[in-house]
Amino acid sequence: MLNYTDILSREPYSLEKEEKHAFLTGILAELTRYHYANCELYKRICDAKGFNVDMINSYYDIPFLPVRLFKEYDLRSIPAEDVKKTMTSSGTTGQQVSKIYLDRETSAIQTKTLTKIVSSFIGKKRLPMLIIDTSAIIKNRAMFSARGAGILGFSMFARDKCYALDENMELDVEGMKAFLEKHEGEDIFLFGFTFMIWQHFVKELKKTKYHPDLSRGVMIHGGGWKKLLSESVLSEQFKQELNRVCGITRVHDYYGMVEQTGTIYMECECGHLHTPIFSDVIIRRSSDFSVAGIGEEGLIEVVSVLPKSYPGHVLLTEDSGVILGEDNCPCGRLGKYFKINGRIKNAEIRGCSDTYAAKF
Amino acid sequence: MTNLEKYNQAFIECFEIGEDQLEGLEYQAIPTWDSVGHMGLIAALEDAFDIMMDTDDIIDLSSYEKGKEILAKYNVEF
Repeated sequence: MLNYTDILSREPYSLEKEEKHAFLTGILAELTRYHYANCELYKRICDAKGFNVDMINSYYDIPFLPVRLFKEYDLRSIPAEDVKKTMTSSGTTGQQVSKIYLDRETSAIQTKTLTKIVSSFIGKKRLPMLIIDTSAIIKNRAMFSARGAGILGFSMFARDKCYALDENMELDVEGMKAFLEKHEGEDIFLFGFTFMIWQHFVKELKKTKYHPDLSRGVMIHGGGWKKLLSESVLSEQFKQELNRVCGITRVHDYYGMVEQTGTIYMECECGHLHTPIFSDVIIRRSSDFSVAGIGEEGLIEVVSVLPKSYPGHVLLTEDSGVILGEDNCPCGRLGKYFKINGRIKNAEIRGCSDTYAAKF
Repeated sequence: MTNLEKYNQAFIECFEIGEDQLEGLEYQAIPTWDSVGHMGLIAALEDAFDIMMDTDDIIDLSSYEKGKEILAKYNVEF
């Protein structure tokens, strides 16, 4: 049976290609059989594809489910009474949202995994945390948006928290000043969604002429670039502008989605998104879904060992990207590293940052 | 206040429950002990005992009883 304590005791970027392949194939094959036995809809999909769940030689062969399916169907592998939390994707008004059903176990391993991955970047010590968002976002506890869940998940690394924006999404300069004064000389952890940071932090700081000293800060941000790309703001410029307004140098983007919460892909010091050993990215050619080579653009498939309460362990996203290399990033982390090129045409706008940005 | 009283009070105030509900209480067994409530509890415990817990311990604190074990690591005796 799946032993998550054992799986999650490993270091996130510690396995080379062959080892990782064997490690993931073992776990994902078992998960596939688990979902096959516990989710009728999943069983029907495997059967329809003629896929034999008892003969899995590689996780590359496991049928992928399009993420869209979680909008149209209630997919879960646990009885309804075991559902402890329902996560929803961030969708703009009028869009259907994905519903992801979590039980206690899956929810717990998601948090553990996120902690493992993130602490390998920012350290195990909890830091004062400046959240570039409004506290209003986590007020509704019953139904969690991906944005609220993201903030809450990352709050695990905080010792003392400060929301940089008030309920009207205005910069709370006085609040920030007081917080940074209290923690003068300490490392500060900053978290937020990419567009929010750009719109309500970078742009506003320029206007207010307030230049907080965050040279000891480390920022993690995610949630989508779509709106920024339409304003022609690229990753490099984003970092430069941030550095200009507050002196921060350590800035990490991440790629992740509510359908596989926990296994996020962090950007390293070299600007590459990295796959940890708990998950992987496979690029598929949009013409026939065959596996694309290194450097070749295609649709992103994501696999993760975490989804147990719902059959979301092998998913085809609507994002396109490209593998840049494997096991040889100059930052020293093992595993594939990649970049995102954007969303495929006609795909819905999603991503915490992008759905919010659609209002602008 | 004894350490046990302080410990109990953190739970009682954070989760709006009675003392009789403490024994055997587990994470997510009651609506108020959800992930938001959990961070509130951690903050209350850290204030009450003037400690700072590691992220791993925050995650492992999954029941009323488990919390006592974890706090022992921070030299809080019951």
